[in-house]
Amino acid sequence: MVKESSEEKQLTPLEGVVVLAGDEESSPLSKEGGDCCSTSPSHRDIRERAGIMVYPLVSGWLDTPAGEVPKVSPVLTADDKRGTISMRIGIGRDSYAITPGLYAFGEPNENSHVIVTCNYKLTFDHLRSTLSKLDLWVVVLDTKGINVWCAAGKGTFGTAEVIKRVNESSIDKVVNHRDLILPQLGAPGVSAQEVKRATGFKVHYGPIRAEDITAYLDAGMVATPSMREATFTLKERAVLIPVEISLLLSPLKWVIPLLFILSGLGPSIWSPSAAVTRGFALFMGLFAGGLGGAVFLPLLLPYLFWREFSLKGAAAGAGVTLIGLLLFGGALNWLEALSLIVLGSAVASYAGMNFTGTTPFTSPTSVEKEMRRWVPIQIGTAALSLAGWVGGAFIG
Amino acid sequence: MKGFDYLGVNTLEFDVEKCVGCGMCLTVCPHAVFTRSDAGVKGAKVTLDKPAKCMECGACAINCPVAAITVKPGVGCASAILHSWITGEEASCDCSGGGCC
Repeated sequence: MVKESSEEKQLTPLEGVVVLAGDEESSPLSKEGGDCCSTSPSHRDIRERAGIMVYPLVSGWLDTPAGEVPKVSPVLTADDKRGTISMRIGIGRDSYAITPGLYAFGEPNENSHVIVTCNYKLTFDHLRSTLSKLDLWVVVLDTKGINVWCAAGKGTFGTAEVIKRVNESSIDKVVNHRDLILPQLGAPGVSAQEVKRATGFKVHYGPIRAEDITAYLDAGMVATPSMREATFTLKERAVLIPVEISLLLSPLKWVIPLLFILSGLGPSIWSPSAAVTRGFALFMGLFAGGLGGAVFLPLLLPYLFWREFSLKGAAAGAGVTLIGLLLFGGALNWLEALSLIVLGSAVASYAGMNFTGTTPFTSPTSVEKEMRRWVPIQIGTAALSLAGWVGGAFIG
Repeated sequence: MKGFDYLGVNTLEFDVEKCVGCGMCLTVCPHAVFTRSDAGVKGAKVTLDKPAKCMECGACAINCPVAAITVKPGVGCASAILHSWITGEEASCDCSGGGCC
């Protein structure tokens, strides 16, 4: 129930509620009626209104001076977990969002902290489980289902959106302080001084990782230097691998036919049997390059000691292809083997270069500098390797 | 971020004359590019300590109350940059794959 079209999103006036259909729903929802038939005593009749469904993550409603605020269950359901897995393997990543607005974690009161986050449900679910012991107000911004860091870069996790949601949620009526806690990685999009001017709320940048929020709050909203520094641990890199792989899959639909056409070329002009057997070998070369660039490069990132990701990738790709050839490449001649190593390196170099966009430490200016040098090399070596592959058919 | 050094070129510029020592850049920078040795002293200016670590996110610049810092924030996504080379547009995350960031 988290998939909504952008049109529907604009029509949801109440947080925690998905409007399933109808453009008549733009008026605020009425709340009259009893609660005799709701599944839980705290649920109002809102579950019964035609065309509307409450998120399963809403466990009840909290009456506040700013109206009813949905209470969020800290327990992730099987659906939530399935959603997280889908995101990690790159399925449906364009529309995994929850409705923006004010939510309650635990049993917050007028003294509770207010934290601000994005409406990417993966992030929201991570907060739900990580902060399950805290009583907090959570203002969810409309970042179009994008995570905090990327949305801050795009400006959707931005000054204007913070101001809009703070004003619309009437959080100033709900709490008696004027402090907002934003994730530090939202700072590229938000001007703290402008938010203060427009809303009266002072922006505090909390830690980078949700796991540190409790310690940060316990210390009186003070972050240690390590809470402020981006990391890129083995685990953080490993979870990115499935999406890296899924990104490599999309060009295959036109690459694979090309592989088989090229592989069939030989002394007999074009041989279907060579197309199949040699095409499969060429595909495996490509596969080895993908494995090097999308799997081994992220895993071995700090140990591939070159600074350029293209070089890191090329090394990983050459290594994987070489190992593959030693294990399975007995039937290939020297030119074919050499061509596959060069192809694997070129593919892995390109995939590696693309991984810069996923890391938290590469500046765009540096990435562009690397690309100016390496994209021509990647195209050139890939073309050479394919030429070598076709040539290999004639010396076999 | 020990062990993660990249090419180190970026557009970060810091005008120490304008700095009022509020320390906001120290707070928002995910790579501790700025430091302040005399941290206890109120209003002590910060130092641009590790400029090569800057990844051009722009958090310091947008949160600096006196505009002492400038940096051109951008998209560090190779396919977005490729797209911008081909189309001549500014690189953005709005690529079709949706996976660049």
